Amino acid sequence: MKHWIAGAALALAAMTGPALADGHASYPERPIMMMVSYGAGGATDFQARIVTMTAGNEDALGMPIAILNRPGAGGRVGWNWFATEAEADGYTLGAYNVPHFIAQSIEGGVSYSTDDFEPIANWGADPAVFVVGADSDFNSMADVVAYAKENPGGLTFSGAGLFVGHHIAALQLEKAAGVKLAYIPNNAGGAGAMRAVIAGEVLGGVNNLSDAFRAQAAGNVKILGVFDLERNAFLPDVPTMKEQGFDIDNASVNFRGVMVPKGTPQGVIDRLAEVVPTMFENARVQKRMEAGGSPMHIMTRDEVLAMWAARQKTLEALLAGL
Amino acid sequence: MGGLDFLFYMGDVFTPINFGLLLLGTIGGLILGATPGLSPTMAVALLIPFTFQLEPQQGLILLGAAYTSTVAGGAVSAILLKIPGAPANIATTLDGHTMATKGEGAKALQLSFLASAVGGLFGVFLLIFLTPVLAQWALAFGPSHLFWLAILGVTVIGTLDSSSVVKGLLAGCIGLWLATIGFDDIMGAQRFIFHPSVSGGINVIPALIGLFAIPQVITMFTKGRSSDDAEIISVKRHPIRLAFVEVLRRKTALTIGTITGSIIGLIPGVGGQIAGLVAYDQSKKFSRESEKFGTGHSEGVIAAESANNAMVGPSLVPLLTLSIPGSPTAAVLLGGLLIHGIFPGPDLFMNYPQVAWTFIDSMLIGQILMCIFGLYIAGLAARVARVPHAVMAAVVLGLAVFGSYSVQNSMGDVYVMASLGVGMYFLERFGFSAAPLVLGLILGPIAEANFIQGSMIANATVGMGSYFFTGWLNWLLILIVLASVSYSVWMEVAQRRYTTKDDAVAKEEAMS
Repeated sequence: MKHWIAGAALALAAMTGPALADGHASYPERPIMMMVSYGAGGATDFQARIVTMTAGNEDALGMPIAILNRPGAGGRVGWNWFATEAEADGYTLGAYNVPHFIAQSIEGGVSYSTDDFEPIANWGADPAVFVVGADSDFNSMADVVAYAKENPGGLTFSGAGLFVGHHIAALQLEKAAGVKLAYIPNNAGGAGAMRAVIAGEVLGGVNNLSDAFRAQAAGNVKILGVFDLERNAFLPDVPTMKEQGFDIDNASVNFRGVMVPKGTPQGVIDRLAEVVPTMFENARVQKRMEAGGSPMHIMTRDEVLAMWAARQKTLEALLAGL
Repeated sequence: MGGLDFLFYMGDVFTPINFGLLLLGTIGGLILGATPGLSPTMAVALLIPFTFQLEPQQGLILLGAAYTSTVAGGAVSAILLKIPGAPANIATTLDGHTMATKGEGAKALQLSFLASAVGGLFGVFLLIFLTPVLAQWALAFGPSHLFWLAILGVTVIGTLDSSSVVKGLLAGCIGLWLATIGFDDIMGAQRFIFHPSVSGGINVIPALIGLFAIPQVITMFTKGRSSDDAEIISVKRHPIRLAFVEVLRRKTALTIGTITGSIIGLIPGVGGQIAGLVAYDQSKKFSRESEKFGTGHSEGVIAAESANNAMVGPSLVPLLTLSIPGSPTAAVLLGGLLIHGIFPGPDLFMNYPQVAWTFIDSMLIGQILMCIFGLYIAGLAARVARVPHAVMAAVVLGLAVFGSYSVQNSMGDVYVMASLGVGMYFLERFGFSAAPLVLGLILGPIAEANFIQGSMIANATVGMGSYFFTGWLNWLLILIVLASVSYSVWMEVAQRRYTTKDDAVAKEEAMS
């Protein structure tokens, strides 16, 4: 019996030893949870499930990542929880959407900002595009702006809500073209905003490139411009806003990635920052994302930190007038 | 899409693996659906990861069967426990649970599964034959129409399961107020956030569980242990043959339920949640025995259940033709399609006929399998009514906590469920009932968001007056609203004439 106890004590010591010695070499020791602040089945949720599906592989984290949805109020509920209640032990990851959470933190009324989160890696970038119904008279952004100049405040166009990428794109367009537009936020998200365009309730709309790509393939809409720095591989024929003479950068592009709460041990952050981008590069993940029409854009932790800081600055300037 | 293509692909449903998945989806769906808190949307979302490993066709068979049978499975807990599995099953509790307490649980379950199958098959046939027409209809509803539709729902509140119109309206107002809690959908303004648990607003599922189940639990506990033996209900056997006869005899309810469900199911964003309630209310108004509604009347169950399954087929029309999900469940299904690289749209039936048609066929066969299994378990499940109250109360309480927690993995929802439930227990003492309150909670955001969107569009274009009050669809909806209001007023006046104050008090005491 004594031997047994001694043996167990030794084993325990052996197990805890390395972890105490050099931080977090044995991380992760149990399955990890990742919070998604949008509902199951939405674009963020479904991409998060695909990009984390290889987490359990031996060459990745060796432990599976389970998705937990905390939807509500355009993501505010999930991110509030993540900033205030999530445990910073490395077993609670979160999905971020930029510019959404940064714009919301600038608007106020939430308990998070870029200082409360530590980015790990970025997996996707979904630019906003300008769409009009398939039978619309508008064939270029110039037509749209000309109409808006004749009817100040009369050009109705839909988007997924306030303080999300679509809204930022709308504000950028207003500023760059020097016109007043009527942005109609939809309560049913991007899908609802797209429906409003197809049904002719509004004259146009800002929507996600991935969704617009499908709607165009179905013959329901025309895509007039991309709110990004370069043309997109999915839509090589659609010009950027800059090509059409509007000074608009990529501030509205919907970046999706993985983060942890502030206070997570540096050793864990380093390990995740090293392994997670390789998960995104996995061939199976790439194939699934491609098949789902989801544009990928892999960025490392340092690149995301720089991107967050740049967004914070742009958005503060853009939202200052509201 | 052609007319009879669906027959051509019918054989694919019966290959061993596909049929096995169909059975699995149906049985699993019935069980998930019968668990309070697991709505069809959640059930489908839970199954999506499993479809990663399957062929697209097989994955969709599993999802289609699960969607079909969870909607019907929700009736089981609605009837036996008075906990609606999802908003679609609220109306089923009104007569179904009363039937179960009278020992007619088996009959109520049989009726609900038969009516579900009839409605469901009709809905899927609509999807097969009339999709192009229906797609136009689904697009016809803009913000102004959805606003009027929500107002129509509000007029139903007064006449729904209450001892008086005024109390129904008051309960509806409480529901409307509860709906304003949280961040508002469009502007993102914060309203009435007095506790972190409600910062995301009151989620409908925990509210539903609390409002319906908790008063039940408290009532069961207050009855104490002494009366247990006396209260055990003898569960009457009910031959399935008689259930068939009953469903066919109640043609009005079946027809109204099926048609209302199909039409309302099409309307994006409103559909599923209120189809059952509107069908219930309409068949009550058209029935020759309208006074029997709410007392365990078979028409109530038939109308509600045929409506909520009839909505399944049409609710997929916008998704399959326009690639726009019309309901939360359709949004989850879209995710399941995209993972396999299938983009729904008008080309779906040309590019992937095998996948699309097998999916639709699996929903047809799924309806029939669901009905067979449902009828089989009806007799067994109805014995739940014989479980002693103390045990029952504990089980229901456990399910209520589990169901509320599982919606968003949040204890906050459990607190919301418990506080609303306790509040409802006292409101019920005063003759208020839960159904109008929940309807207010569901309709509030629809009415508000569409009014704000409509007025933003109107102000930028034609102006409020002409936006909300012109066009045949607006007129039609306003007309139905006016008709519904005058009917309620007339009913109230007609009843007043024959009741003195003492009668009213006696009636209310009998009901509470």
